[in-house]
Amino acid sequence: MIGLQHYLVVSAILFVMGVLGIFINRKNVIIILMAIELILLSVNINLVAFSAFLGDLVGQVFSMFVLTVAAGEAAIGLAILVIYFRARGTIAVDDVNRMKG
Amino acid sequence: MIHVIAFYLFATIVVCSGALTILSRNPVHSVLWLILAFFNAAGLMVLLGAEFIAMLLVIVYVGAVAVLFLFVVMMLDIDFAELRAGFVDYLPFGMLIALVLLAEIVLGIGIWSAGPIELAQRAAPVNPELSNIQAIGALLYTRYIFLFEAAGIVLLVAMIGAIVLTHRARGGVRPQNIAKQNRRRPQDAVRNVNQPVGQGVEL
Repeated sequence: MIGLQHYLVVSAILFVMGVLGIFINRKNVIIILMAIELILLSVNINLVAFSAFLGDLVGQVFSMFVLTVAAGEAAIGLAILVIYFRARGTIAVDDVNRMKG
Repeated sequence: MIHVIAFYLFATIVVCSGALTILSRNPVHSVLWLILAFFNAAGLMVLLGAEFIAMLLVIVYVGAVAVLFLFVVMMLDIDFAELRAGFVDYLPFGMLIALVLLAEIVLGIGIWSAGPIELAQRAAPVNPELSNIQAIGALLYTRYIFLFEAAGIVLLVAMIGAIVLTHRARGGVRPQNIAKQNRRRPQDAVRNVNQPVGQGVEL
Protein backbone atom coordinates (compact mmCIF):
# COMPACT_ATOMS: atom_id res chain seq x y z
CA MET A 1 0.00 0.00 0.00
CA ILE A 2 1.19 3.52 -0.72
CA GLY A 3 2.01 5.38 2.45
CA LEU A 4 3.14 8.83 3.35
CA GLN A 5 6.79 7.83 2.98
CA HIS A 6 6.34 7.16 -0.75
CA TYR A 7 5.07 10.67 -1.35
CA LEU A 8 7.80 12.14 0.83
CA VAL A 9 10.47 10.29 -1.16
CA VAL A 10 9.06 11.57 -4.47
CA SER A 11 8.98 15.07 -3.06
CA ALA A 12 12.54 14.75 -1.72
CA ILE A 13 13.86 13.56 -5.10
CA LEU A 14 12.13 16.45 -6.84
CA PHE A 15 13.52 18.93 -4.33
CA VAL A 16 17.08 17.65 -4.75
CA MET A 17 16.63 17.78 -8.51
CA GLY A 18 15.67 21.43 -8.27
CA VAL A 19 18.74 22.23 -6.17
CA LEU A 20 20.96 20.31 -8.62
CA GLY A 21 19.39 22.26 -11.48
CA ILE A 22 20.37 25.54 -9.84
CA PHE A 23 23.94 24.33 -9.46
CA ILE A 24 24.55 22.87 -12.90
CA ASN A 25 22.77 25.53 -14.95
CA ARG A 26 24.49 28.39 -13.20
CA LYS A 27 24.58 30.63 -16.26
CA ASN A 28 21.09 30.17 -17.61
CA VAL A 29 18.71 32.08 -15.38
CA ILE A 30 15.61 30.73 -17.14
CA ILE A 31 16.51 27.17 -16.14
CA ILE A 32 17.30 28.42 -12.63
CA LEU A 33 13.79 29.87 -12.37
CA MET A 34 12.35 26.57 -13.60
CA ALA A 35 14.41 24.73 -10.98
CA ILE A 36 12.92 27.01 -8.32
CA GLU A 37 9.47 26.10 -9.64
CA LEU A 38 10.39 22.41 -9.27
CA ILE A 39 11.45 23.03 -5.66
CA LEU A 40 8.18 24.78 -4.88
CA LEU A 41 6.27 21.95 -6.57
CA SER A 42 8.01 19.42 -4.34
CA VAL A 43 7.12 21.52 -1.30
CA ASN A 44 3.49 21.50 -2.45
CA ILE A 45 3.51 17.72 -2.82
CA ASN A 46 4.93 17.47 0.69
CA LEU A 47 2.27 19.75 2.18
CA VAL A 48 -0.61 18.02 0.42
CA ALA A 49 0.70 14.55 1.35
CA PHE A 50 0.92 15.46 5.03
CA SER A 51 -2.48 17.12 4.82
CA ALA A 52 -4.06 13.99 3.34
CA PHE A 53 -2.42 11.50 5.66
CA LEU A 54 -2.91 13.46 8.88
CA GLY A 55 -6.49 14.35 8.00
CA ASP A 56 -5.99 18.09 8.32
CA LEU A 57 -7.04 20.51 5.59
CA VAL A 58 -4.74 23.36 6.59
CA GLY A 59 -1.89 21.83 4.60
CA GLN A 60 -3.88 22.23 1.40
CA VAL A 61 -4.78 25.82 2.25
CA PHE A 62 -1.12 26.55 2.89
CA SER A 63 -0.14 24.88 -0.36
CA MET A 64 -2.42 27.34 -2.15
CA PHE A 65 -0.48 30.23 -0.68
CA VAL A 66 2.78 28.62 -1.75
CA LEU A 67 1.32 28.42 -5.25
CA THR A 68 0.40 32.10 -5.15
CA VAL A 69 3.89 33.12 -4.12
CA ALA A 70 5.38 30.86 -6.81
CA ALA A 71 3.28 32.53 -9.49
CA GLY A 72 4.26 36.01 -8.30
CA GLU A 73 7.91 35.02 -8.10
CA ALA A 74 7.88 33.67 -11.65
CA ALA A 75 6.25 36.86 -12.96
CA ILE A 76 8.71 39.19 -11.22
CA GLY A 77 11.70 36.99 -12.06
CA LEU A 78 10.84 36.87 -15.75
CA ALA A 79 10.21 40.65 -15.80
CA ILE A 80 13.67 41.25 -14.32
CA LEU A 81 15.06 38.82 -16.89
CA VAL A 82 13.43 40.72 -19.75
CA ILE A 83 14.77 44.13 -18.64
CA TYR A 84 18.20 42.62 -18.00
CA PHE A 85 18.24 41.17 -21.49
CA ARG A 86 17.12 44.53 -22.93
CA ALA A 87 19.97 46.33 -21.16
CA ARG A 88 22.77 43.81 -21.68
CA GLY A 89 21.77 41.63 -24.62
CA THR A 90 22.53 38.43 -22.72
CA ILE A 91 21.13 36.54 -19.76
CA ALA A 92 24.37 35.02 -18.45
CA VAL A 93 23.94 35.54 -14.75
CA ASP A 94 27.43 34.62 -13.61
CA ASP A 95 28.69 38.04 -14.66
CA VAL A 96 25.92 40.08 -13.10
CA ASN A 97 27.95 42.64 -11.22
CA ARG A 98 26.26 45.90 -12.07
CA MET A 99 25.29 46.60 -8.47
CA LYS A 100 28.76 45.64 -7.17
CA GLY A 101 27.20 43.54 -4.43
CA MET B 1 -3.97 -2.14 -6.85
CA ILE B 2 -4.86 0.48 -9.42
CA HIS B 3 -3.90 3.06 -6.82
CA VAL B 4 -0.41 1.60 -6.50
CA ILE B 5 0.06 1.40 -10.27
CA ALA B 6 -1.13 4.99 -10.71
CA PHE B 7 1.16 6.22 -7.94
CA TYR B 8 4.26 4.59 -9.44
CA LEU B 9 3.34 5.80 -12.93
CA PHE B 10 2.88 9.40 -11.83
CA ALA B 11 5.90 9.35 -9.52
CA THR B 12 8.19 7.92 -12.19
CA ILE B 13 7.08 10.41 -14.81
CA VAL B 14 7.31 13.38 -12.46
CA VAL B 15 10.85 12.44 -11.43
CA CYS B 16 12.01 11.75 -14.99
CA SER B 17 10.51 14.92 -16.40
CA GLY B 18 12.00 16.90 -13.50
CA ALA B 19 15.42 15.50 -14.41
CA LEU B 20 14.94 16.31 -18.08
CA THR B 21 13.84 19.84 -17.17
CA ILE B 22 17.22 20.63 -15.71
CA LEU B 23 19.24 18.58 -18.22
CA SER B 24 17.69 19.58 -21.58
CA ARG B 25 19.87 21.42 -24.04
CA ASN B 26 16.99 23.47 -25.41
CA PRO B 27 15.09 25.65 -22.90
CA VAL B 28 11.87 25.19 -24.88
CA HIS B 29 12.15 21.45 -24.23
CA SER B 30 12.84 22.27 -20.58
CA VAL B 31 9.58 24.18 -20.33
CA LEU B 32 7.68 21.33 -21.98
CA TRP B 33 9.19 18.80 -19.56
CA LEU B 34 8.25 21.14 -16.71
CA ILE B 35 4.65 21.12 -17.96
CA LEU B 36 4.69 17.31 -17.97
CA ALA B 37 6.04 17.34 -14.41
CA PHE B 38 3.23 19.65 -13.31
CA PHE B 39 0.57 17.46 -14.91
CA ASN B 40 1.88 14.36 -13.18
CA ALA B 41 2.22 16.16 -9.85
CA ALA B 42 -1.45 17.09 -10.29
CA GLY B 43 -2.12 13.38 -10.80
CA LEU B 44 -0.34 12.60 -7.53
CA MET B 45 -2.48 15.17 -5.75
CA VAL B 46 -5.66 13.64 -7.18
CA LEU B 47 -4.46 10.31 -5.75
CA LEU B 48 -4.10 12.03 -2.38
CA GLY B 49 -7.68 13.29 -2.55
CA ALA B 50 -6.78 16.96 -3.01
CA GLU B 51 -8.72 17.57 -6.21
CA PHE B 52 -8.87 21.32 -5.80
CA ILE B 53 -5.12 21.75 -5.45
CA ALA B 54 -4.62 19.42 -8.42
CA MET B 55 -6.87 21.50 -10.66
CA LEU B 56 -5.29 24.70 -9.37
CA LEU B 57 -1.88 23.26 -10.25
CA VAL B 58 -2.99 22.56 -13.81
CA ILE B 59 -4.65 25.96 -14.24
CA VAL B 60 -2.09 28.17 -12.52
CA TYR B 61 1.15 26.38 -13.27
CA VAL B 62 0.49 24.92 -16.70
CA GLY B 63 -1.92 27.59 -17.87
CA ALA B 64 -0.11 30.66 -16.60
CA VAL B 65 3.40 30.12 -15.32
CA ALA B 66 4.62 27.63 -17.92
CA VAL B 67 3.12 29.68 -20.74
CA LEU B 68 4.87 32.76 -19.32
CA PHE B 69 8.14 30.81 -19.40
CA LEU B 70 7.49 29.74 -22.98
CA PHE B 71 6.79 33.33 -24.01
CA VAL B 72 10.01 34.60 -22.44
CA VAL B 73 12.14 31.75 -23.82
CA MET B 74 10.85 32.30 -27.33
CA MET B 75 10.85 36.10 -27.14
CA LEU B 76 14.46 36.54 -26.09
CA ASP B 77 17.00 35.86 -28.79
CA ILE B 78 19.65 34.05 -26.80
CA ASP B 79 22.54 31.84 -27.76
CA PHE B 80 21.79 28.95 -25.43
CA ALA B 81 24.82 26.91 -26.46
CA GLU B 82 27.05 29.59 -24.96
CA LEU B 83 25.09 29.50 -21.72
CA ARG B 84 25.67 25.79 -21.38
CA ALA B 85 29.43 26.24 -21.20
CA GLY B 86 30.67 25.16 -17.80
CA PHE B 87 27.86 22.62 -17.43
CA VAL B 88 30.35 19.82 -16.91
CA ASP B 89 32.51 21.92 -14.57
CA TYR B 90 29.64 22.53 -12.22
CA LEU B 91 28.38 18.95 -12.36
CA PRO B 92 30.64 17.31 -9.70
CA PHE B 93 30.09 20.06 -7.15
CA GLY B 94 26.36 20.10 -7.85
CA MET B 95 26.15 16.32 -7.53
CA LEU B 96 28.02 16.49 -4.23
CA ILE B 97 25.62 19.07 -2.81
CA ALA B 98 22.62 17.15 -4.17
CA LEU B 99 23.79 13.84 -2.69
CA VAL B 100 24.44 15.41 0.71
CA LEU B 101 21.01 17.01 0.62
CA LEU B 102 19.33 13.77 -0.48
CA ALA B 103 21.08 11.78 2.24
CA GLU B 104 19.93 14.27 4.84
CA ILE B 105 16.34 14.20 3.61
CA VAL B 106 16.25 10.39 3.49
CA LEU B 107 17.66 10.34 7.02
CA GLY B 108 14.97 12.76 8.09
CA ILE B 109 12.19 10.66 6.52
CA GLY B 110 13.65 7.54 8.15
CA ILE B 111 13.64 9.16 11.58
CA TRP B 112 10.14 10.46 10.99
CA SER B 113 8.82 7.02 10.06
CA ALA B 114 10.47 5.49 13.12
CA GLY B 115 7.98 7.22 15.37
CA PRO B 116 4.66 8.28 13.87
CA ILE B 117 3.35 11.71 14.75
CA GLU B 118 0.01 11.73 16.49
CA LEU B 119 -1.55 15.12 16.27
CA ALA B 120 -3.43 15.79 19.46
CA GLN B 121 -5.47 18.57 17.92
CA ARG B 122 -6.03 19.05 14.25
CA ALA B 123 -6.48 22.60 13.09
CA ALA B 124 -9.11 21.69 10.51
CA PRO B 125 -10.12 18.02 10.57
CA VAL B 126 -11.37 16.53 7.32
CA ASN B 127 -15.14 16.17 7.28
CA PRO B 128 -16.00 13.04 5.26
CA GLU B 129 -19.44 14.40 4.36
CA LEU B 130 -18.04 17.40 2.49
CA SER B 131 -16.22 17.23 -0.81
CA ASN B 132 -12.66 18.52 -0.92
CA ILE B 133 -13.50 21.76 -2.68
CA GLN B 134 -16.42 22.51 -0.35
CA ALA B 135 -14.26 21.92 2.72
CA ILE B 136 -11.45 24.14 1.39
CA GLY B 137 -13.90 26.87 0.46
CA ALA B 138 -15.53 26.77 3.89
CA LEU B 139 -12.11 27.05 5.50
CA LEU B 140 -10.61 29.61 3.15
CA TYR B 141 -13.46 32.09 3.23
CA THR B 142 -13.94 32.01 7.01
CA ARG B 143 -10.89 31.36 9.12
CA TYR B 144 -8.24 32.17 6.53
CA ILE B 145 -10.01 35.10 4.86
CA PHE B 146 -7.29 37.60 5.76
CA LEU B 147 -4.57 35.30 4.50
CA PHE B 148 -6.59 34.82 1.34
CA GLU B 149 -6.80 38.58 0.84
CA ALA B 150 -3.09 38.88 1.57
CA ALA B 151 -2.48 36.36 -1.22
CA GLY B 152 -4.53 38.58 -3.51
CA ILE B 153 -2.37 41.56 -2.55
CA VAL B 154 0.77 39.54 -3.27
CA LEU B 155 -0.54 38.78 -6.75
CA LEU B 156 -1.52 42.42 -7.29
CA VAL B 157 1.94 43.63 -6.25
CA ALA B 158 3.55 41.04 -8.51
CA MET B 159 1.40 42.14 -11.44
CA ILE B 160 2.06 45.86 -10.92
CA GLY B 161 5.75 45.16 -10.33
CA ALA B 162 6.07 43.19 -13.55
CA ILE B 163 4.32 45.94 -15.52
CA VAL B 164 6.40 48.73 -13.96
CA LEU B 165 9.63 46.81 -14.55
CA THR B 166 9.03 45.98 -18.18
CA HIS B 167 7.26 49.19 -19.21
CA ARG B 168 9.27 51.64 -21.26
CA ALA B 169 8.24 55.02 -22.69
CA ARG B 170 8.70 54.88 -26.45
CA GLY B 171 9.72 57.96 -28.41
CA GLY B 172 8.11 58.90 -31.71
CA VAL B 173 4.60 57.72 -30.92
CA ARG B 174 1.62 60.10 -31.02
CA PRO B 175 -0.81 58.98 -28.34
CA GLN B 176 -4.28 60.44 -27.88
CA ASN B 177 -4.35 63.38 -25.44
CA ILE B 178 -7.92 63.51 -24.21
CA ALA B 179 -7.51 66.64 -22.07
CA LYS B 180 -6.13 68.52 -25.04
CA GLN B 181 -9.00 67.32 -27.21
CA ASN B 182 -11.55 68.43 -24.65
CA ARG B 183 -9.95 71.86 -24.25
CA ARG B 184 -10.28 72.62 -27.94
CA ARG B 185 -13.26 74.91 -28.77
CA PRO B 186 -14.88 75.57 -32.19
CA GLN B 187 -13.89 79.25 -32.17
CA ASP B 188 -10.21 78.30 -31.84
CA ALA B 189 -10.33 75.88 -34.71
CA VAL B 190 -12.83 77.22 -37.27
CA ARG B 191 -12.90 80.57 -39.10
CA ASN B 192 -15.78 81.87 -41.22
CA VAL B 193 -14.73 84.09 -44.13
CA ASN B 194 -16.76 85.82 -46.80
CA GLN B 195 -14.42 84.99 -49.65
CA PRO B 196 -14.44 87.51 -52.54
CA VAL B 197 -14.50 86.02 -56.03
CA GLY B 198 -11.21 85.83 -57.86
CA GLN B 199 -8.86 86.11 -54.91
CA GLY B 200 -6.76 83.48 -53.24
CA VAL B 201 -7.53 82.19 -49.79
CA GLU B 202 -5.36 83.53 -47.01
CA LEU B 203 -4.40 80.64 -44.85
